[in-house]
Amino acid sequence: MRWIWIDKFTEFTSKTSATAIKNVSLAEEHLHDLYPAFPVVPHSLIVEGMAQTAGILVGEARQFAEKVILAKVGRATFHRLVRPGDTISFSATIEQMSEQGASTRGTVKIGEDMVAEIDLMFSHIDQNLAGLEFPEHNFVFTEQFTELLKTYRLEARIGV
Amino acid sequence: MATITRDEIYDKVRTVLVDALGVDEDEVKPDAVLVDDLGAESIDFLDISFRLEKAFGIKIGKGEMWPEGLANDPNFAQNGRVTPAGLAELKKRMPHSNFSEFEMDPQVAKMTKLFTVDAVVGFIEGKLNTAN
Repeated sequence: MRWIWIDKFTEFTSKTSATAIKNVSLAEEHLHDLYPAFPVVPHSLIVEGMAQTAGILVGEARQFAEKVILAKVGRATFHRLVRPGDTISFSATIEQMSEQGASTRGTVKIGEDMVAEIDLMFSHIDQNLAGLEFPEHNFVFTEQFTELLKTYRLEARIGV
Repeated sequence: MATITRDEIYDKVRTVLVDALGVDEDEVKPDAVLVDDLGAESIDFLDISFRLEKAFGIKIGKGEMWPEGLANDPNFAQNGRVTPAGLAELKKRMPHSNFSEFEMDPQVAKMTKLFTVDAVVGFIEGKLNTAN
Protein backbone atom coordinates (compact mmCIF):
# COMPACT_ATOMS: atom_id res chain seq x y z
CA MET A 1 0.00 0.00 0.00
CA ARG A 2 1.19 3.53 -0.72
CA TRP A 3 1.21 5.91 2.22
CA ILE A 4 -0.52 8.72 0.44
CA TRP A 5 -3.71 10.33 1.66
CA ILE A 6 -4.47 12.87 -1.03
CA ASP A 7 -5.50 12.10 -4.60
CA LYS A 8 -4.73 15.32 -6.46
CA PHE A 9 -4.06 19.02 -6.09
CA THR A 10 -6.79 21.38 -7.27
CA GLU A 11 -4.92 24.59 -6.45
CA PHE A 12 -1.27 25.35 -5.76
CA THR A 13 0.26 28.78 -5.29
CA SER A 14 3.94 28.47 -4.53
CA LYS A 15 5.02 29.67 -1.05
CA THR A 16 1.41 30.60 -0.25
CA SER A 17 -1.40 28.04 -0.40
CA ALA A 18 -2.53 24.69 -1.72
CA THR A 19 -5.71 22.65 -1.91
CA ALA A 20 -5.85 18.91 -2.45
CA ILE A 21 -8.74 16.50 -2.57
CA LYS A 22 -9.25 12.90 -1.59
CA ASN A 23 -12.14 10.68 -2.62
CA VAL A 24 -13.07 8.26 0.13
CA SER A 25 -13.93 4.74 -1.01
CA LEU A 26 -15.69 2.02 0.93
CA ALA A 27 -12.98 -0.31 -0.38
CA GLU A 28 -10.36 1.29 1.89
CA GLU A 29 -9.54 -1.16 4.69
CA HIS A 30 -8.86 1.40 7.41
CA LEU A 31 -12.44 2.73 7.26
CA HIS A 32 -13.67 -0.46 8.85
CA ASP A 33 -11.29 -0.59 11.79
CA LEU A 34 -12.71 2.08 14.11
CA TYR A 35 -16.38 1.12 14.59
CA PRO A 36 -17.97 -2.18 13.49
CA ALA A 37 -20.54 -1.67 10.69
CA PHE A 38 -20.00 2.13 10.71
CA PRO A 39 -17.15 2.99 8.37
CA VAL A 40 -15.48 6.37 8.98
CA VAL A 41 -12.12 7.94 8.14
CA PRO A 42 -10.03 8.05 11.35
CA HIS A 43 -9.18 11.59 12.44
CA SER A 44 -5.48 10.71 12.51
CA LEU A 45 -5.58 10.06 8.76
CA ILE A 46 -7.33 13.37 8.16
CA VAL A 47 -4.42 15.02 9.98
CA GLU A 48 -2.06 13.00 7.76
CA GLY A 49 -3.86 14.21 4.63
CA MET A 50 -3.42 17.80 5.80
CA ALA A 51 0.22 17.10 6.66
CA GLN A 52 0.82 15.82 3.12
CA THR A 53 -0.96 18.80 1.51
CA ALA A 54 0.80 21.38 3.68
CA GLY A 55 4.10 19.46 3.71
CA ILE A 56 4.36 19.46 -0.08
CA LEU A 57 3.51 23.19 -0.06
CA VAL A 58 6.31 23.84 2.44
CA GLY A 59 8.76 21.57 0.60
CA GLU A 60 8.06 23.14 -2.79
CA ALA A 61 8.73 26.60 -1.35
CA ARG A 62 12.42 25.61 -1.22
CA GLN A 63 12.39 23.42 -4.31
CA PHE A 64 12.35 20.26 -2.16
CA ALA A 65 15.90 20.98 -0.98
CA GLU A 66 14.88 20.58 2.68
CA LYS A 67 13.77 17.44 4.46
CA VAL A 68 10.42 18.63 5.77
CA ILE A 69 9.07 16.69 8.74
CA LEU A 70 5.76 17.17 10.52
CA ALA A 71 6.95 18.28 13.95
CA LYS A 72 3.89 19.51 15.79
CA VAL A 73 0.12 19.51 15.55
CA GLY A 74 -0.69 22.90 17.05
CA ARG A 75 -4.43 22.47 16.72
CA ALA A 76 -6.76 19.83 15.34
CA THR A 77 -10.44 20.57 15.90
CA PHE A 78 -12.97 18.24 14.30
CA HIS A 79 -16.57 19.15 13.51
CA ARG A 80 -17.98 16.13 11.69
CA LEU A 81 -17.20 12.62 10.51
CA VAL A 82 -15.97 11.68 7.06
CA ARG A 83 -17.64 8.67 5.45
CA PRO A 84 -17.37 6.57 2.28
CA GLY A 85 -18.42 8.49 -0.82
CA ASP A 86 -17.25 11.83 0.57
CA THR A 87 -14.73 14.01 -1.24
CA ILE A 88 -12.43 15.64 1.29
CA SER A 89 -10.87 18.98 0.44
CA PHE A 90 -7.67 19.92 2.30
CA SER A 91 -6.73 23.62 2.12
CA ALA A 92 -3.44 24.81 3.62
CA THR A 93 -1.75 28.19 3.81
CA ILE A 94 1.77 28.96 4.95
CA GLU A 95 1.57 31.25 7.92
CA GLN A 96 5.27 31.69 8.70
CA MET A 97 8.41 30.27 7.23
CA SER A 98 12.07 30.48 8.15
CA GLU A 99 15.33 28.66 7.51
CA GLN A 100 14.37 26.22 10.26
CA GLY A 101 10.79 25.37 9.36
CA ALA A 102 7.27 26.60 8.76
CA SER A 103 3.86 26.89 10.35
CA THR A 104 0.69 26.30 8.37
CA ARG A 105 -3.04 26.81 8.89
CA GLY A 106 -5.51 24.48 7.35
CA THR A 107 -9.16 23.71 6.87
CA VAL A 108 -10.71 20.41 5.83
CA LYS A 109 -14.10 20.52 4.13
CA ILE A 110 -16.65 18.35 2.39
CA GLY A 111 -18.41 20.73 0.01
CA GLU A 112 -19.11 23.75 2.21
CA ASP A 113 -19.21 21.69 5.42
CA MET A 114 -16.29 22.25 7.77
CA VAL A 115 -14.77 18.93 8.80
CA ALA A 116 -11.72 20.14 10.69
CA GLU A 117 -9.31 22.99 11.37
CA ILE A 118 -5.72 21.81 11.55
CA ASP A 119 -2.65 23.95 12.26
CA LEU A 120 0.74 22.30 11.82
CA MET A 121 4.42 22.97 12.27
CA PHE A 122 7.09 21.55 10.02
CA SER A 123 10.78 21.28 10.72
CA HIS A 124 13.59 21.44 8.18
CA ILE A 125 15.46 18.72 10.01
CA ASP A 126 18.92 19.36 8.57
CA GLN A 127 18.70 22.91 9.99
CA ASN A 128 17.43 21.98 13.42
CA LEU A 129 18.90 18.80 14.79
CA ALA A 130 22.50 19.90 15.22
CA GLY A 131 24.90 17.01 15.70
CA LEU A 132 22.63 14.47 14.01
CA GLU A 133 23.31 13.33 10.48
CA PHE A 134 20.64 12.30 8.02
CA PRO A 135 20.96 10.58 4.64
CA GLU A 136 21.95 13.02 1.91
CA HIS A 137 19.05 12.12 -0.40
CA ASN A 138 15.66 13.62 0.40
CA PHE A 139 13.84 10.61 1.85
CA VAL A 140 10.78 12.74 2.64
CA PHE A 141 9.79 13.83 -0.84
CA THR A 142 9.75 10.55 -2.68
CA GLU A 143 8.49 10.28 -6.22
CA GLN A 144 4.93 9.49 -5.11
CA PHE A 145 4.65 12.99 -3.59
CA THR A 146 6.48 14.99 -6.21
CA GLU A 147 4.52 13.24 -8.99
CA LEU A 148 1.27 14.59 -7.50
CA LEU A 149 2.45 18.13 -7.98
CA LYS A 150 3.86 17.45 -11.44
CA THR A 151 0.51 15.98 -12.51
CA TYR A 152 -1.36 19.02 -11.22
CA ARG A 153 0.96 21.41 -13.04
CA LEU A 154 0.81 19.39 -16.23
CA GLU A 155 -2.99 19.32 -16.12
CA ALA A 156 -3.11 23.04 -15.36
CA ARG A 157 -0.87 23.72 -18.37
CA ILE A 158 -3.01 21.73 -20.76
CA GLY A 159 -6.22 23.11 -19.25
CA VAL A 160 -7.74 19.90 -17.91
CA MET B 1 6.64 54.15 17.87
CA ALA B 2 4.69 53.90 21.16
CA THR B 3 6.71 52.32 23.93
CA ILE B 4 5.54 49.12 25.54
CA THR B 5 6.12 48.41 29.22
CA ARG B 6 7.82 45.29 30.56
CA ASP B 7 4.49 44.23 32.11
CA GLU B 8 2.77 44.51 28.74
CA ILE B 9 5.56 42.46 27.16
CA TYR B 10 5.16 39.87 29.91
CA ASP B 11 1.40 39.61 29.28
CA LYS B 12 1.95 39.01 25.56
CA VAL B 13 4.74 36.50 26.21
CA ARG B 14 2.47 34.64 28.61
CA THR B 15 -0.26 34.40 25.96
CA VAL B 16 2.30 33.11 23.44
CA LEU B 17 3.51 30.44 25.85
CA VAL B 18 -0.02 29.39 26.82
CA ASP B 19 -0.93 28.97 23.14
CA ALA B 20 2.32 27.29 22.08
CA LEU B 21 2.73 24.93 25.03
CA GLY B 22 -0.87 24.34 26.12
CA VAL B 23 -0.10 25.34 29.71
CA ASP B 24 -2.29 27.29 32.12
CA GLU B 25 -1.73 31.02 32.57
CA ASP B 26 -0.77 30.63 36.22
CA GLU B 27 2.03 28.21 35.32
CA VAL B 28 3.79 30.93 33.34
CA LYS B 29 5.75 32.59 36.13
CA PRO B 30 8.85 34.74 35.54
CA ASP B 31 11.23 32.09 36.87
CA ALA B 32 9.51 29.15 35.12
CA VAL B 33 11.97 27.17 32.97
CA LEU B 34 10.51 26.54 29.53
CA VAL B 35 11.70 22.92 29.29
CA ASP B 36 11.56 21.74 32.91
CA ASP B 37 8.48 23.61 34.13
CA LEU B 38 6.42 24.24 31.01
CA GLY B 39 7.26 21.04 29.10
CA ALA B 40 8.72 22.70 25.99
CA GLU B 41 10.35 20.37 23.45
CA SER B 42 12.80 21.30 20.71
CA ILE B 43 10.18 22.12 18.04
CA ASP B 44 8.33 24.31 20.53
CA PHE B 45 11.21 26.78 20.43
CA LEU B 46 10.57 27.40 16.73
CA ASP B 47 6.83 27.64 17.42
CA ILE B 48 7.46 30.17 20.20
CA SER B 49 9.78 32.22 17.95
CA PHE B 50 7.14 32.34 15.20
CA ARG B 51 4.44 33.39 17.66
CA LEU B 52 6.67 36.06 19.24
CA GLU B 53 7.47 37.46 15.79
CA LYS B 54 3.77 37.78 15.11
CA ALA B 55 2.81 39.14 18.53
CA PHE B 56 5.50 41.85 18.56
CA GLY B 57 5.96 42.49 14.82
CA ILE B 58 9.64 41.58 14.95
CA LYS B 59 12.00 39.21 13.12
CA ILE B 60 13.99 36.73 15.18
CA GLY B 61 17.03 35.28 13.40
CA LYS B 62 18.20 31.68 13.67
CA GLY B 63 20.08 31.19 16.93
CA GLU B 64 19.31 34.73 18.07
CA MET B 65 17.09 33.86 21.01
CA TRP B 66 18.23 30.27 21.61
CA PRO B 67 21.99 29.83 20.97
CA GLU B 68 22.67 26.94 18.62
CA GLY B 69 25.63 24.70 17.98
CA LEU B 70 27.45 25.72 21.13
CA ALA B 71 27.23 22.30 22.76
CA ASN B 72 28.86 20.69 19.70
CA ASP B 73 31.82 23.09 19.62
CA PRO B 74 34.84 21.66 21.54
CA ASN B 75 35.96 25.21 22.39
CA PHE B 76 32.73 25.78 24.24
CA ALA B 77 31.86 22.35 25.65
CA GLN B 78 33.98 19.38 26.66
CA ASN B 79 33.04 16.15 28.43
CA GLY B 80 29.50 17.29 28.96
CA ARG B 81 30.52 20.56 30.59
CA VAL B 82 30.52 24.12 29.30
CA THR B 83 34.08 25.51 29.24
CA PRO B 84 34.93 28.99 30.62
CA ALA B 85 35.04 30.22 27.00
CA GLY B 86 31.63 28.62 26.44
CA LEU B 87 30.26 30.30 29.54
CA ALA B 88 31.53 33.68 28.36
CA GLU B 89 29.96 33.05 24.94
CA LEU B 90 26.65 32.04 26.49
CA LYS B 91 26.57 35.17 28.61
CA LYS B 92 27.25 37.25 25.53
CA ARG B 93 24.51 35.56 23.54
CA MET B 94 21.99 35.38 26.39
CA PRO B 95 22.39 38.64 28.31
CA HIS B 96 18.87 38.30 29.72
CA SER B 97 19.42 34.96 31.46
CA ASN B 98 20.38 34.50 35.07
CA PHE B 99 23.65 32.53 35.24
CA SER B 100 24.20 32.54 39.02
CA GLU B 101 23.10 28.93 39.56
CA PHE B 102 24.28 27.56 36.21
CA GLU B 103 27.86 28.73 36.51
CA MET B 104 28.30 26.80 39.76
CA ASP B 105 27.78 23.55 37.84
CA PRO B 106 27.86 24.32 34.09
CA GLN B 107 26.72 20.99 32.70
CA VAL B 108 25.63 21.03 29.06
CA ALA B 109 22.52 19.11 30.10
CA LYS B 110 21.56 21.99 32.40
CA MET B 111 21.80 24.68 29.72
CA THR B 112 18.05 24.50 29.18
CA LYS B 113 17.59 25.96 32.67
CA LEU B 114 18.76 29.30 31.28
CA PHE B 115 15.63 29.51 29.12
CA THR B 116 13.18 31.05 31.58
CA VAL B 117 10.07 33.13 30.97
CA ASP B 118 11.92 36.14 32.36
CA ALA B 119 14.76 35.59 29.85
CA VAL B 120 12.25 35.60 26.99
CA VAL B 121 10.67 38.82 28.27
CA GLY B 122 14.15 40.39 28.59
CA PHE B 123 15.05 39.30 25.07
CA ILE B 124 11.91 40.88 23.63
CA GLU B 125 12.41 44.04 25.65
CA GLY B 126 15.98 44.34 24.34
CA LYS B 127 14.86 43.65 20.80
CA LEU B 128 12.11 46.30 20.92
CA ASN B 129 14.45 48.86 22.48
CA THR B 130 16.97 48.29 19.69
CA ALA B 131 14.21 48.73 17.12
CA ASN B 132 13.20 52.04 18.71
